[in-house]
Amino acid sequence: MNDKRPVNLDIATISLPITAYASILHRVSGVVLFFAVGILLWILDASLASQESFDSIKETLSSPIVKLIIWGILAALGYHLLAGVRHMIMDFGIGETLEGGALGARIVILAAFVLVGLAGVWLWL
Amino acid sequence: MAVGNVTSFGRSGLSDWLLQRVSAVVMTVYLVFIVGYILFSGELNYADWKALHENFLVRLLSLFAILSLAAHAWIGLWAVLTDYVTVRLLGPSATAIRIFLQLGMIAVTLSYVVWAIAILWGAGING
Repeated sequence: MNDKRPVNLDIATISLPITAYASILHRVSGVVLFFAVGILLWILDASLASQESFDSIKETLSSPIVKLIIWGILAALGYHLLAGVRHMIMDFGIGETLEGGALGARIVILAAFVLVGLAGVWLWL
Repeated sequence: MAVGNVTSFGRSGLSDWLLQRVSAVVMTVYLVFIVGYILFSGELNYADWKALHENFLVRLLSLFAILSLAAHAWIGLWAVLTDYVTVRLLGPSATAIRIFLQLGMIAVTLSYVVWAIAILWGAGING
């Protein structure tokens, strides 16, 4: 095989369509969630271990920095879930055209903004 | 079978494809249940929260959710790592780095499963 064949898949030089951003965000949020599971299990562990640790984790979760981390996790979760639902809708043959794909990506990103906003309202109000 | 498939979860693209969707649905059911409970049960207290997780059906759903998460993360991260940690993007050492990262990912995933089972089924909340 000729190793000098040009490869023109350098992401930095390509203007990406919205579907590409939807896909990359799905991957990034998935990787973020993989690490977030550790935090969530730690919270679950503390919340169930005893009354004292339940009270103490509740106190920890009310701090602004921790709330920001939880918000980040919920944002990743919300986006990842919506993008996954879009995937499964596309599995049924809906929104598979170029226009349909772009529209679906736009809907998912917009819906994620709404969901993340609602999560923020829930955490701080 | 291609070399790249050795570290995949179901050893075939089709079974990974299906498992990714089944696991996603199971986790969504769990998420809706837990978030719904937290949202609509009012001020959360320890006794109710503990009782909820001592319920056999809730434990079963939680178990299915963590097993689904393990399969889902394995399949998803396999896709990400085999796409980006490649010889073309990183040079000749990419394969060794990728195998190392994949084994690390698998170790973390299995640790999550054991930890979750210990939390939900362990001595801590059998009381």
